Amino acid sequence: MSLNYEQVIEKYEPTLGLEVHVELNTKSKMFCGCATEFGAKPNTQTCPVCLGLPGALPVVNKKAIESTILIGLALNCSIAPYSRFARKNYFYPDMPKNFQTSQYDEPICVNGYLDVEIETDEGNKSFKIEIERVHMEEDTGKSLHVGGNTGRIHGADYSLLDYNRAGIPLVEIVTKVIPNTGKYAPQVARAYVAALRDILRGLQVSDVKMEQGSLRCDVNLSLSSIGSGKLGTRSETKNVNSLRSVERAVTGEMIRQASKLEQGERIIQETRHFLEESGQTRPGRSKEQAEDYRYFPEPDLVPVVPESKWIEELRKALPEKPADRRKRLQAAWAVPDKEMAAMVNAELLDTVEQTVLLGADATKARSWWLGEISRIANDRNVFPTDLISVKDVAEIIALISKGELTDKLARQVVEGVIAGEGTPTDVIGKRGLKVVSDDSQLMKSIEAAIAASPETAERVRGGNIPAAGALIGAVMKATGGQADAAKVRELLLKHLGQ
Amino acid sequence: MAAISRDEVANLARLARIAMSDAELDHLAGEMDVILGAVARVQEVAGKDVPATSHPLDVNNVVRDDEVVPSLSPNEALSGAPASEDQRFKVPQILGEE
Amino acid sequence: MLIRESASKMAEALANKEVSAVELTNQHFEQIEAVDKDVHAFLYLDKEGAISQAADIDKRRAAGEKLSPLAGIPLALKDVLTQKGVPTTCGSKILAGWRPPYDATVVTKLKSAGVVILGKTNMDEFAMGSSTENSAYGPTHNPWDLSRIPGGSGGGSSAALAAFEAPLAIGTDTGGSIRQPAAVTGTVGVKPTYGGVSRYGLVAFSSSLDQAGPCARTVLDTALLHQVIAGFDPRDSTSINQAVPDVVAAAKKQNVAGMKIGIVKQLSGDGYQKGVENKFNEAISELVKLGAEIVEVSCPNFEYALAAYYLIAPSECSSNLARFDSIRFGLRVGDDGTHGAEEVMNLTRQAGFGREVKRRIILGTYALSSGYYDAYYGSAQKVRTLIKRDFEAAFEKCDVLVSPTAPTTAFKIGEKANDPLAMYLNDIATIPVNMAGIGGMSLPCGLADEDNLPVGFQIMSPAMKDERMYLVGGALEAALLAKWGKPILDFAPKLVGSK
Repeated sequence: MSLNYEQVIEKYEPTLGLEVHVELNTKSKMFCGCATEFGAKPNTQTCPVCLGLPGALPVVNKKAIESTILIGLALNCSIAPYSRFARKNYFYPDMPKNFQTSQYDEPICVNGYLDVEIETDEGNKSFKIEIERVHMEEDTGKSLHVGGNTGRIHGADYSLLDYNRAGIPLVEIVTKVIPNTGKYAPQVARAYVAALRDILRGLQVSDVKMEQGSLRCDVNLSLSSIGSGKLGTRSETKNVNSLRSVERAVTGEMIRQASKLEQGERIIQETRHFLEESGQTRPGRSKEQAEDYRYFPEPDLVPVVPESKWIEELRKALPEKPADRRKRLQAAWAVPDKEMAAMVNAELLDTVEQTVLLGADATKARSWWLGEISRIANDRNVFPTDLISVKDVAEIIALISKGELTDKLARQVVEGVIAGEGTPTDVIGKRGLKVVSDDSQLMKSIEAAIAASPETAERVRGGNIPAAGALIGAVMKATGGQADAAKVRELLLKHLGQ
Repeated sequence: MAAISRDEVANLARLARIAMSDAELDHLAGEMDVILGAVARVQEVAGKDVPATSHPLDVNNVVRDDEVVPSLSPNEALSGAPASEDQRFKVPQILGEE
Repeated sequence: MLIRESASKMAEALANKEVSAVELTNQHFEQIEAVDKDVHAFLYLDKEGAISQAADIDKRRAAGEKLSPLAGIPLALKDVLTQKGVPTTCGSKILAGWRPPYDATVVTKLKSAGVVILGKTNMDEFAMGSSTENSAYGPTHNPWDLSRIPGGSGGGSSAALAAFEAPLAIGTDTGGSIRQPAAVTGTVGVKPTYGGVSRYGLVAFSSSLDQAGPCARTVLDTALLHQVIAGFDPRDSTSINQAVPDVVAAAKKQNVAGMKIGIVKQLSGDGYQKGVENKFNEAISELVKLGAEIVEVSCPNFEYALAAYYLIAPSECSSNLARFDSIRFGLRVGDDGTHGAEEVMNLTRQAGFGREVKRRIILGTYALSSGYYDAYYGSAQKVRTLIKRDFEAAFEKCDVLVSPTAPTTAFKIGEKANDPLAMYLNDIATIPVNMAGIGGMSLPCGLADEDNLPVGFQIMSPAMKDERMYLVGGALEAALLAKWGKPILDFAPKLVGSK
């Protein structure tokens, strides 16, 4: 028996916990000078340190510490006056030293919060998500499972390891237990990860590309019967790698756990994997016996003791908070709430801002990115900026403002640029999309239109200005849309004595 | 009573990823018992107020600048590998958590 | 033949062009050829590399280049330091055949000083032991008596010096592995202040205790080598960023008048061989004659040092040795298509590690495991604090501390092989130094009456005051040489075939 979501939330209260891993965008790795480029040929970015060769020793990347402190400050955390690295001991082939250099009981940032807002039928609701800790660690290598037919670990004949990713700095951001989200739990989880991602992007400490794994989320979830006051057993769903998946994973786990509880079954504390296709989770291979990570202070590294001067310098470098920035831009651009929300949801705020910074009118920039360009992007399942650059859009908008393109022509220019025909100027040249601005040429078309509809022309002469619309339309049609309608209107009315 | 049982030693061997024969486990359990008996005296001396020293150095904040230095060549990186394929380290089927 | 000379004398001969570096290197290879089948100090000889480096030094000298003081002098390198392209085994089967793709910082410094590395010396597996019997490649024999141990873990390095196979050697010291072998072979060995010499490329046993250091037959030679290998290394976060103390000047100074020398009460008595104590006391008398002031100090927590050490070192080693997993380097066992990766790891580690290594990995895994951490690892860390405090208090009263280096002279091979606890007691006097991260030296102070075997005298100095042990060591060495009439190694029986 499987419950539906409405049935679940009638009976159960979810408790959330979110762990987000962020790969920092430092040039070099956490503990060695190897490069961190994504997609490099296997094992070309490795050295004795990140391969865990006997005798090699780590040295901490200063930028990684600074990025982590920035994240902590942006999340309203306290920066620990004394912080240490610890070894987390467990064996796994993708982990070269068979321990992960991480932080345990002495993380660098603690006790922060992040306010997130979600839209609901009852209006916008805001939640304060408390942050337990932000700590530094290192990423693992990547395994490729060969043979078998699943491409997965089970059934593979053997595995091949690439340690390019091993040792890339990771920051783990752990929330405290998030209570009282009720039916909004999936939305809150998504909004938190989205808000976090915006902050990280604003800080420029990470590429935050969920699809490339530079931001990964683990979802902890448990249910308790409403009113029981007892916390349930939690499951941990690993590596949920898109905002949509975060929301779906929470929903899926709520339904799964509730359905189990309804059948009188127990929830097992376990690690689960999110299945992108179905939106459900499946159990990871359970281990027969529990791991014991045997954390102890990393003896190859010395403590991190950030001086207040250092912290204050970093604090000064903090960018505007995303929420504050939104308010500022909304006011500057005079955008209604609903459209502002649309822009944020479409993740086009940065793009629109960049376009405006290149001189484009804010309203036009917004309507082009969210309208025509988004429509094409949605059809092709890509992001708008993958189709056309901010610079090209700004240029097209400038041409419209100067009267050298009409909206209709501009659509063709956009189409041409997306089709790979070159820059807007190239497309205009190749397709011959110049606005007809030669008055004498326009006058010929106007006279022809008047000759074709003398009665309408008379009405206009008689003071019926709206009647001019039909004549303007005829002129526009005759010029194949390459005329500026305003100009046509001006010339026509003048010609008819208005 | 023994400070440590044979089963405990077997569990430690599992955590430490060392296969052990029954004879090895028996022998080691006996030795561990003697050694633990001898080292347990560390518990006698230090009170709660004594801080731990995990490291002899009194130095903090040793860092390096975020600069890329040349890596090993893939040939050097893989030079010690018992098995490799396609410029990657080759291992038998990995069981355990996916 | 110059092989019985000190490195300083050899350096003079090289500078005066009485001998070339190639000739000097060949003389040592001849000696190794002659005696090492009995001594077994070396695991690997890099004849080609050594001769080519010696030839390069000769060429540069002929061209009039100003060379470092030890340029062209041969050296034996403990097999726990990586040398690019040269097999590095750590005395373990699990690393058989591994040729590291990089040089340890110590090796880089040796090479740039023109020191000629002859080869890699035998050791207890992963430096765990006090006799070199734990080497997977067979024991090393003490040149004083081939049926006896040369100390450990660096028994290969100490034996190579005592057998005149090399005038200089590098050791590493986690609980006494430089000093105890020096003591039982009649040679000199120094464990510098922790952080004084880079650990980059030193295959870690216990990271917070390990320290590489110089070994030689005289205090001055040891100081010259110390000067070459010491100094800040940006690749080692625990390396001290300060100027290296002028140990060479200290070794030459020969003046201890007015210095306060503290005898540690706890490092004597029960368990210390009579002849060891006698020779120690005679050396103290020499220091008094030289004008030093002797005081007795008490370090009550040293009593717990051994127990704490045998928790801390195994804990760190259980983690440090996790990387030996058959994937990126070293041995692989069981990869026959019937075992998964985890089983292959288990089988490799079963076959690749020796008994003592396994014992310590299991002990360390236990000490760090949840439920036992506070009682074992945690308590040991507190003891470490108490030992540091004992040293701090003692150094308020005196400039250096002294004790016998080892409680006994060299014991017979096999004598303690099956009794780990008895074996661990060898390090009772050397361990406190590692726990506190300070400097320690062992130099010979005579032959025990009962067995005519060398006795070691330990000098301990505060952190980054390494020059003090060279000052005292240099003066004591000169006084004893005057008393004996010849170097202590000249009292040793001649090895069969020795040049």
